[in-house]
Amino acid sequence: MSILVNKNSKIIVQGITGSEGSFHAGQCFEYGGNVVGGVTPGKGGQTALDGRVPVFNTCVDARLKTGANVSLIFVPPAFAADAIMEAAEAGIELIVCITEGIPVSDMVKVAEYLKTTSSRLIGPNCPGLLTPDEAKVGIMPGFIARKGRVGVISKSGTLTYEAVHQLVRVGLGQSTCVGIGGDPIIGTKMKDLVQMFEEDPETDAIVMIGEIGGSMEIEAAHYIRDHIKKPVVGFIAGQTAPPGRRMGHAGAIVSGADESAAAKMKIMRECGIRVVDSPANIGETVKEALAVRV
Amino acid sequence: MKIHEYQAKSILKEYGIPVQDGIVIESKSEGRAAIDQVSKEFNASQFVIKAQIHAGGRGKGGGVKFSPTAEKALENINSILGMQLITHQTTPEGQLVRKVMVAEAIDIAKEYYVAITLDRATGKNVIMASTEGGVEIEEVAAHSPEKIIRETIDSDGLQPFQARKIAFALGFEGEQFKQAVKLLTNLVTCYIATDASIAEINPLVVTEQGKLLALDGKFNFDDNALYRHPRIKEMRDVHEEDATEVEAGKFNLNYIKLEGNVGCMVNGAGLAMATMDIIKLQGGQPANFLDVGGGANVETVKNGFRIILSDPNVKAVLINIFGGIVRCDRVANGIIQAVSELGLSVPVVVRLEGTNAELARELLATSGVDIIPAGSIEDAAQKVVAAATR
Repeated sequence: MSILVNKNSKIIVQGITGSEGSFHAGQCFEYGGNVVGGVTPGKGGQTALDGRVPVFNTCVDARLKTGANVSLIFVPPAFAADAIMEAAEAGIELIVCITEGIPVSDMVKVAEYLKTTSSRLIGPNCPGLLTPDEAKVGIMPGFIARKGRVGVISKSGTLTYEAVHQLVRVGLGQSTCVGIGGDPIIGTKMKDLVQMFEEDPETDAIVMIGEIGGSMEIEAAHYIRDHIKKPVVGFIAGQTAPPGRRMGHAGAIVSGADESAAAKMKIMRECGIRVVDSPANIGETVKEALAVRV
Repeated sequence: MKIHEYQAKSILKEYGIPVQDGIVIESKSEGRAAIDQVSKEFNASQFVIKAQIHAGGRGKGGGVKFSPTAEKALENINSILGMQLITHQTTPEGQLVRKVMVAEAIDIAKEYYVAITLDRATGKNVIMASTEGGVEIEEVAAHSPEKIIRETIDSDGLQPFQARKIAFALGFEGEQFKQAVKLLTNLVTCYIATDASIAEINPLVVTEQGKLLALDGKFNFDDNALYRHPRIKEMRDVHEEDATEVEAGKFNLNYIKLEGNVGCMVNGAGLAMATMDIIKLQGGQPANFLDVGGGANVETVKNGFRIILSDPNVKAVLINIFGGIVRCDRVANGIIQAVSELGLSVPVVVRLEGTNAELARELLATSGVDIIPAGSIEDAAQKVVAAATR
């Protein structure tokens, strides 16, 4: 098994005819072959990916004709919020939004809207998901991952790749890797994913990579303390980040004492998470945690 | 994006919020005329001269001066305009005061605090108000959180009952209660309409004459939404930002200067922060945060080098690229070309991993360019710290 996406996922790509969208849709198609169509308003009836998948005008059309249950969004920031709501309205179960730079007020509306639907959103401003050997829904480079039993949750893109690379080097594969995004408002938080990995019989350990800003890691840590039996290894990026400065990601800013790396790491440790000080020790620490368990 | 007090007040006024009024000047020669104008227009005989810089703590730093006479006001204009104002939010050198606001003096009966920002935990905006105005609200939050009134705002704005609830909780009555309800409602409307990320009035005052007005105003705006607010975008004052960071922004590089001596160039914000962290753990100090994003090509690498090396403290540079979509061989070519063109004066440690990393390492090894190759992120950090302290 895995979480959220697998070989049975049926993916449509919103913005499939744009340059980003067509490139990455092609990569996802080649990885797992589960891309079944695309959506670009006004280009319905055409095809994409060299004629391999149909393009629809609306998400509803795409879902009805292809049976899609996952949508991957590469729509420019000014239109991305609307694209997310369109996918939700069409009944898409899992919406993955890669777009970076969506205005916060748009996401406030999206978050309100999603509460009235049963759709789950991953992102925005995230690298998406990867269930090795089954499905790639996003922009993570598939070749660095191996099928296995470690679940990875991360706010970052390339730091996720670093963690996956370290896991592979110590001989550990991944069940699913999820990049949740670094914006102030995101669809799926760490806590939700920790819970899914706990319930996934094919996941044995969880890696949780956070960063400065917000309180999501602390919320997840409390949940882990109370409900999670599988070992969790954590890292918080930004130990050297100055307060009040936005470190790249819109949400990566220390605006209160509890949002610093030191504060988060302390609480995570108190909640039983194996927190590494060095980003170089993620792989080794997961290996040790699993060895202790056996 | 941040703006000045005078700009914030102009926005507040547009949304029907009364403010302490005044005139902004940029040169001392305009001082006398400004004082005359404020006397006439706002019927003022006493003045407050207020330095216009983005950093907070202006009053404590000597950038806000009450002036009981026109003569005193002129004196204060002359001393504040052009000063290096040092506050707890500026660099130790302070910030040059390029503009001052000549404002009407207000007789204050009581001070309040009101602000709106995003509550990330709920994904909704929240309005906060307190009777403890004029002081550091963080202090109030830390020591007497019960004194802060909070109401969550839905995307369609503040409901009338919520505005009444806050106004009652702040102890307003009669005419002032009506003014408060209107002011709170207008502030929320303004916050939503302008895509602000912070709107703060501190202090909101009741004057001796019983009128509510904003004595100060502070806004931050969501950079991602500025495209739909061209007038606000024009309010940007690059003098208030670090010159190197502004320069980096022109090349789509996300650069933040720090105090250390190890320069770093990384793709991705999370990995960039993690790279800074591991440099520190290895005994070094990062000189900067620099995210080159998804397009690490010859131009970005070259501009990145130029920006990192404009900081004279930098003694060594670490390039840490994890290629996903980015191909490491292209990055390697960029490094080779940049290093040979720029003729670097400091040691450069390069760690390339991911897509085409093998090929990239070969390219670097056979290029003859004087760089120090590294394997893991830890190896890279050790090598760069050693190089910087050599």
